[in-house]
Amino acid sequence: MARFPPAVGGLRFRLVVAFALVAVVSALTTGALAFREARTSVLQQSQDAVIKQFRDSVDALAPQIPARPDQQRLQSLVTEVARAHQSQGWQVLASYGDLRAGSSGPGPFRLLTADLRQSVRTRPNAVFQRVSVYGRSRLVVGLPVVYDTGQALPSALSGVVLYLIVPQSAEQAYVGAIVAAIEHAALWALAPAVLLALLAARGVLRPVRALRRATRRMAEGDLGVRLAVRGSDELADLSRSFNETAAALERSVTELRRLEAQARRFVADVSHELRTPLAAMSAVTDVLDDELPGLDRETADAVGLVSEETGRLIRLVDDLMEISRFDAGAVRLNLDEIDLAESVRRTLASRGWLDRVDARLPEPGALRAQVDPRRLDVVVANLVGNALRHGEPPVVVRLTVPDGQKEGAWVLIEVADHGRGIPQAALPHIFERFYKADSTRTRSESSGLGLAITAENVRLHGGRLRVENGAGALAAGGAGTDAREAAIRGAVFTVELPLRRQSPARAAGDPAGLAGKPPARCPADAAGERPGRS
Amino acid sequence: MSRVLLVEDDPAVRRGVQLALRHHRHDVCAAATGEEGLRLLASFRPDVVVLDLMLPGIGGLDVCRRIREQDQVPIIMVTARGDDIDVVVGLEAGADDYVVKPVRARVLEARIRAVLRRISAPPPGTGRPRAEEHGELTIDRSGLVVTLRGAPVALAPSELRLLLTLSASPGQVLSRQQLLEAVWEHGYHGDVRLVDACVKRLRGKLGELSGDPRYIETVRGFGYRFCSR
Repeated sequence: MARFPPAVGGLRFRLVVAFALVAVVSALTTGALAFREARTSVLQQSQDAVIKQFRDSVDALAPQIPARPDQQRLQSLVTEVARAHQSQGWQVLASYGDLRAGSSGPGPFRLLTADLRQSVRTRPNAVFQRVSVYGRSRLVVGLPVVYDTGQALPSALSGVVLYLIVPQSAEQAYVGAIVAAIEHAALWALAPAVLLALLAARGVLRPVRALRRATRRMAEGDLGVRLAVRGSDELADLSRSFNETAAALERSVTELRRLEAQARRFVADVSHELRTPLAAMSAVTDVLDDELPGLDRETADAVGLVSEETGRLIRLVDDLMEISRFDAGAVRLNLDEIDLAESVRRTLASRGWLDRVDARLPEPGALRAQVDPRRLDVVVANLVGNALRHGEPPVVVRLTVPDGQKEGAWVLIEVADHGRGIPQAALPHIFERFYKADSTRTRSESSGLGLAITAENVRLHGGRLRVENGAGALAAGGAGTDAREAAIRGAVFTVELPLRRQSPARAAGDPAGLAGKPPARCPADAAGERPGRS
Repeated sequence: MSRVLLVEDDPAVRRGVQLALRHHRHDVCAAATGEEGLRLLASFRPDVVVLDLMLPGIGGLDVCRRIREQDQVPIIMVTARGDDIDVVVGLEAGADDYVVKPVRARVLEARIRAVLRRISAPPPGTGRPRAEEHGELTIDRSGLVVTLRGAPVALAPSELRLLLTLSASPGQVLSRQQLLEAVWEHGYHGDVRLVDACVKRLRGKLGELSGDPRYIETVRGFGYRFCSR
C-alpha cells in the first residue's frame, strides 16, 4: 500500500469505488429488465390497436371492392382508409397484381420487405413488421383481402392486399423517456452509494485509525495506551487483543523496571552502608601512614597494606555512589565559564602528570566555555590516567576547536597513547561498568568504573565520547602533525563538548586574561544567580 | 594547637576523626548529637566546628543555623557524597566549607587550617593604614571590622575573607575559580557553589539581597566584582 498515495490506495477510496460500482450496476440491471418489459408491452399494445383499427377499416370497405379492381378503385380505397385515420399519420398502400396505389404515392412501397409481400400473397393472415429507417421506427402491417366463405374452410385470397405504414414516434419517445429515467436513476443512486460508502468507510476506518495512533504511541514508549472497544465485530476483537497485548507488555516492563530499580537501589544502599565504616577507617589511615617509619618491617608492611587497600575501597565506593547517582538521575551540572586550556593544565598539574604527558593546548584565554569544572576535571583525569596506566608513552592530550566552526561549535579533547591499542572486540564495551579490556590485568588502580563515569559526565554536558585505535584522529591535525603523530597506534579517546558561552568570546590570545582587564561594562545583576543554579 | 568541636553521631567515625585530629595536635571535643554540640559550644569555645549534616534529633542544618545565630566560629560540614541539595542548603545556612564522607584525615586537616588562616593570616591588602569607606560601608583591614551605616556587621570567616579579597581591588572581576583559590584555598577545580553561596550570604548581611546589588556585582560568565560607589 505504501506505493500508492493513501487517497488512491486507501481503504476509503476502495470502499467508495466498490459501493459506486455496485450501485450503478444494480441500477442499470434493474433498469434494463424493467425497460425490456415496459418496451415490449408498450409496443405490443399499440401494435394490436393499430392492427385492429386497420382491419376494421378494411372490413368496412371490403364489400365495395370489385373482384378485379382497377387502378382507380385501388387508389380511392387507400385514400378513403387513410383519410379516416389522417391524424394518426397513416400511410395506406394497396396492391393487386401489378397494380399499386398509395395514399401518398407509391413511394413507401420500398419500405415493404420481400418477406412481408410474399407472406401476404400466400397466406390469408395479417402480417406486421417493424422497420427502422434513418432512426425512425415504423410499423408496417400487411392485410390480404379474402373472400368470406362463411364456413370454417380456409379463406380464399382475393389478390388484393392492403398495407399500412404507421410511424411509431410516440412509442419511440416513450421508450426514450424510460431509458432516460433509468439513466437518471443510476446517476441518482450513485450519490447515496458514495455517501453510504463514506459512512461505512468511516465506521471501519475509525477503529483502524485509533489502532494506528495507539501503536504509534506505544512505539514511542507510552505503554499505558488503551483503545475504547465498541461493538463485537472483528475490529472490536482486534482492539481487545491490542489492549490485552499492551497490558501484558506494560506489566512485564513495569516488572523489569521495578527489578532494575531494586538492583540499582541495592547498589546505592550497599555503597551507602559501606561508607560509614569507611569514613572511620579513612580518618585513621593517615595516622597509620605517619607511624609507618617507626614500626618493625613486618608490621609496617601489614599496616601499609591496610592503608592502601582502604584507599582503594574508598575510591571504589566513591565511584559506585557516583554511578548510582547517575542512575537515579540525581546529577546536575554546576556550570561555570572557565578557560579550558587552563583547566586541563591544572588537571594534569594537580596529579603530577605535566612531565609525563605531551599537552597541546591553546594559549591561555583563547578558549573559554561553560562547563562543570569538577566534572571536566574528572573526564580529563580519567582518560589521561587510563592512557598512562594501560597505554604506552608518550601520552598526548590535545584541545582544539575544529576549523571552520565558531559559535555553537564543538570543543575536541583528544587523549592518545602509543601503546598497542584496545582489542577490536573490546572497543564497543570499553565504556561499560567493570569492563576490563585486558583480562590479565584484573587489578589496577582504577575501580573499573572510571570510563563509565567519564561517559556519563560527557553525556551530562550534552557531549559525545568515542574511542578508536590507531593513527588518524590526531594525525589529521594538519600543521602540527609530525612523524611521531603519524606513528600513533594506540587508543585515541575523543571527547566532544558543545562550546557554550554566556558572553562573547574575548579576543584570542589575550594574555592578561581575566585578572588584568575587566569587561568595560558593569552589568548589575540583582540576584547574582546564573541559570541552572538553585 | 587549635580547639575543634566535632559533632558526629556514628561512634566509630567519631573516634576515628578524633584520633586523627589529635594526631595532628588539635584539641578535640566530640559530641554525639546536635544538642550536645550546641551545649559544648559555649563551654568549650572551639576555634572551629566540624559538623556532620546527618544527625539524629535536630539535624546538622539546624545546628548550623543555631550556631550562626550566636557565633561566627568557622563551620566545616561533613556531607554525604555529592548530595547536592545538602551542600547548597548547608552553605546557605552558614557553613564555611564542606568535606565529603568518607574523608581522609589529611583533607580535613587542610580544610581546618585553611579556615583558621582566614582569621589569623593577613588578608590581601593589609598594610593600608586607614579604614576604607565605600559609600555606607566601612572596611577596617587591620582591625578586621566591617561596619554598615556605622553598625558593625557580623561576618563569618569566609564572608569576611571574600569581602576583603574582592574589595582589595575594586572594579576588578575575579572569577569563581580565582576566589575559590584565594578564599578557600581549594584547587582550581573546587566547587564554585561555595563562592555563590557565600556571595549570597554576604549580600544578605550587606542588606542588598533584594534589588540592585550595590557592592558585589555578578559579571555573567566571568565572576564577581566589588563596586566602590
